[in-house]
Amino acid sequence: MALDSKTTQDVMQFKVVGTRPLRPDGIDKVTGRARFGADISAPGMLTGLVLRSPHAHARIKSIDTSAAEAMEGVHAVVTRRDFPERDLDEGTADVLDNCMAGDKVLYDGHALAAVAASSTHIARKALKAIKVDYEPLDHVTDVDAAIQPGAPVLHQGRANESVPEGASPNIMARYEFGHGDIEAGLAQADRVLERSYKTEATHQGYIEPHACLAQMGPDGQADLWCCTQGHYMVRNTCAEILGLAQGQLRVTASEIGGGFGGKTTVFLEPVALMLAKKTQRPVKMVMSRSEVLRATGPTASSSVDMRIGMTKEGIITGAFAELRYQGGAYPGSPVDMGAMSAFAPYDLEHVKTIGWDIVTNRPKAAAYRAPGAPMAAFAVESAIDELAKGFGLDPLEVRLRNAAREGTRASYGPTYPAIGLEATLRRAKDHPHWSAPLGPNQGRGVACGFWFNFGGDTCVSLNVTPDGTVTVSEGNPDIGGSRASMSMMAAEELGIPYEKVRTIVADTGSLGQNEVTDGSRVTFAVGLATIKAARAAKAEMCKRVAQVWGIDEDAVEWKDGAAHPAGPNAGTHPPMTLAEIAAIASNTGGPIAGHCEANPEGAGVSFATHMVDTEVDPDTGAVKILRYTVFQDAGKAVHPAYVEGQFQGGATQGIGWALNEAYIYGEDGLLQNAGFLDYRIPVASDLPMIDAVILEIPNPGHPYGVRGVGETSIVPPLAAVANAVSEAAGVRMASLPMSPPKVLKAIRDS
Amino acid sequence: MSKIHVTTKINGDPVEYLCEPDETLLDVLRDQLGLTGSKEGCGTGDCGACTVTLDGRLVCSCLVLGAEAEGAEVGTIEGMAEAEALHPLQQKFIEHAALQCGICTPGILVAAKSLLERNPDPTEEETRYWLAGNLCRCTGYDKIIRAVMDAAADMRKAS
Amino acid sequence: MVQVTIWGSLSDFTEGAREVEVDAANLRELLDGLAQRYPGLKPQLERGVSVSIDGRIYNDSWFQPIQPDSEVVLLARLKGG
Repeated sequence: MALDSKTTQDVMQFKVVGTRPLRPDGIDKVTGRARFGADISAPGMLTGLVLRSPHAHARIKSIDTSAAEAMEGVHAVVTRRDFPERDLDEGTADVLDNCMAGDKVLYDGHALAAVAASSTHIARKALKAIKVDYEPLDHVTDVDAAIQPGAPVLHQGRANESVPEGASPNIMARYEFGHGDIEAGLAQADRVLERSYKTEATHQGYIEPHACLAQMGPDGQADLWCCTQGHYMVRNTCAEILGLAQGQLRVTASEIGGGFGGKTTVFLEPVALMLAKKTQRPVKMVMSRSEVLRATGPTASSSVDMRIGMTKEGIITGAFAELRYQGGAYPGSPVDMGAMSAFAPYDLEHVKTIGWDIVTNRPKAAAYRAPGAPMAAFAVESAIDELAKGFGLDPLEVRLRNAAREGTRASYGPTYPAIGLEATLRRAKDHPHWSAPLGPNQGRGVACGFWFNFGGDTCVSLNVTPDGTVTVSEGNPDIGGSRASMSMMAAEELGIPYEKVRTIVADTGSLGQNEVTDGSRVTFAVGLATIKAARAAKAEMCKRVAQVWGIDEDAVEWKDGAAHPAGPNAGTHPPMTLAEIAAIASNTGGPIAGHCEANPEGAGVSFATHMVDTEVDPDTGAVKILRYTVFQDAGKAVHPAYVEGQFQGGATQGIGWALNEAYIYGEDGLLQNAGFLDYRIPVASDLPMIDAVILEIPNPGHPYGVRGVGETSIVPPLAAVANAVSEAAGVRMASLPMSPPKVLKAIRDS
Repeated sequence: MSKIHVTTKINGDPVEYLCEPDETLLDVLRDQLGLTGSKEGCGTGDCGACTVTLDGRLVCSCLVLGAEAEGAEVGTIEGMAEAEALHPLQQKFIEHAALQCGICTPGILVAAKSLLERNPDPTEEETRYWLAGNLCRCTGYDKIIRAVMDAAADMRKAS
Repeated sequence: MVQVTIWGSLSDFTEGAREVEVDAANLRELLDGLAQRYPGLKPQLERGVSVSIDGRIYNDSWFQPIQPDSEVVLLARLKGG
């Protein structure tokens, strides 16, 4: 679609955009009225529960559900056999297999049966009454062990055409990016650093477990309420799996209690629909926290080998990284994104990355905020830091010397348009944080990060009510204040107060297809569609007023919330406000609305620089975060408080990834820390305030210059914290998480 | 298994219910009484999303049995605002953008109110440690802490 | 003719070339042309790619115009969280 490239060339004067109004769903959320996934009930509903594998890897020889089915209060039991044999594409077939295992269970917690019963008590008893005959198989959970000769094989013959013959059967795909001659580049360096880096799998850690309520009639019409980042995706995926017509399945998104990428797929929803189909009763399913951790969306763990050359002046002469990501039991780890984004912040003549997508006996990885990029940035930014400090150079200055700019050929291929990396680095260098003194056992780290962002299918319908208020319907769940941002952009465009606009998230029956709330796309793409919908409504209102005044349409212009006569032939007419035009809409042609259905592309990439001070306790290895500052380009911050919130939240998730969080598997292949006590995410007392510095380098692809901001903020913190801890501890930390025992061991071994 | 009859007071209203001996107060509140403002994030007392007060004491309602509310006074998020008037903490949370998804917000508000009742002038560190049992995954806590401190300042001025 | 830069591991299917030429005036013609000229690329094209045209990334828009001197780079299909 054509984008309004020109408007951003002029500096726009905003009245609403850039202010900090109260969010429309605020009162509901501070009073407990907001309804999240598990808060919805239906008359006569049953409780659905899932039976999960106690093995890391096993063949299912048989499942006997007869005893469970015979129990009083049990209304249905489903297994994979209940799902229709359909010709699904590979990705959807994997989603189904992950929701309900077929011949094999592939990880601890893999779903293989589900019951619907009149109470939770009975459902629990019914799960125990299901008899499963397993043939346990050897398992592997480590990314490097999975590609050793003789490692247990998850899927035979599923590698795609990119994998060389003779490679481990657990390798699903291979990617290679870059340009130049890497050996020639490294040969020009004064020092070539070779080091390997490891990160553990982490979970998105949303506080709201997955939940849904399904009902289906004998005519195939179905309704589903669920917490998701994309109810249109839920509709399409469930319809495909169950063989329903998409238009017959209406999905309504509840309020969503966090997602971070983890709610961009389905887990319970097809199962709940199948139980509802079998019982002809509404079925509600809610996961426990342990189910969330065992069977939903962790990100990949990674193992990265790096070779990077630098001159003593700090110029990177060549950079090579080989990345191995395990994405759990199915193909599709985000190693492709890691391999593309690893060196994206730098202007490199010779650069190459190789990515290997590897399967292991772990839950199927789901997207997690800038999927694949944080682990790659951890390796790259750690290596650059080590080289810079080794030469006695300022690590920010080294990054500036190598920074990608407009006209740089990106490591993943294209030439950059105007980008904001250098601006974030300069702002960081000038910030008082950079020159603040440090005490003993303290260290300061910096790191840069990059993310792509995208647009995708989007629909917005904007309606003017008879009294001149405005409603905006959009199709993307509001995960962090986006309804406020949409109302602001509509108000800005229409020239009316923010309070006159109310934005709602519509169900799948009310709008056309909408891409998931992901890829940092909502403020960009839904915002763009909102602006276009408002412009369509304005054009319609000008047309109506032209009729009233008896002049040409193009002699009417819209400004400050009203239609004004414009041009030499317009005559003199008092302006008509939006409310005045709305009041006579029935007389001038009927209700007034504007809508936009589009697939906005050209989202514009985004960069950030993070700076952090840490203190390491040399006796215990414990790390304290003393100070943290985020510098990120937002293009244009529509609601700066929620932009800051994205920066602060991403940084904090990255701090957790760096210091505490990790999936821990035993020798038995079972997850040992499936709870918030042992899978410890950062708490309030772990952290200082997170300073957020917003830079605004307008995105030429958006009428107001907006860029996505949600994901980039999790890319730099792993490395920034590692660089700070390495300085404080006096030893390079190349493996995450930097838990106290690991830091202590590193100090003692150094 | 026969049910237990419980007479209690919730947000000032007299309430009676029957519960299973092993049913949690959280399940009673949510599933029987329709008070879904208290959230279940973990069911093991680690996340604080189900925080309520029981006779003025801050508890995770997922770790309290429904039967234990007999004769007690329970305070939930639903009782925090008085009619149209939001509690200053609720107002400050909206003003400071101290919530993104909002799932942890009810528990954090109940916990923060309890803090300010005990300590009207908490330091940042005291606030952070008091709220350390309430997980938030969206905000990084920055705006939450600011909102609590700002509400405390306003409440001190008003009293 | 449009010059298209492909990523390294795809060059197994383009006789080793990292830059290939396709006759195309828009994105659809580009993808069709690539599949026709290099059938080995088909599986990846069917799984999905993103395409950078003059520094802007496109996922789907068939009729996005491409000029003969446009910089066109094939990318792995973007993911997001």
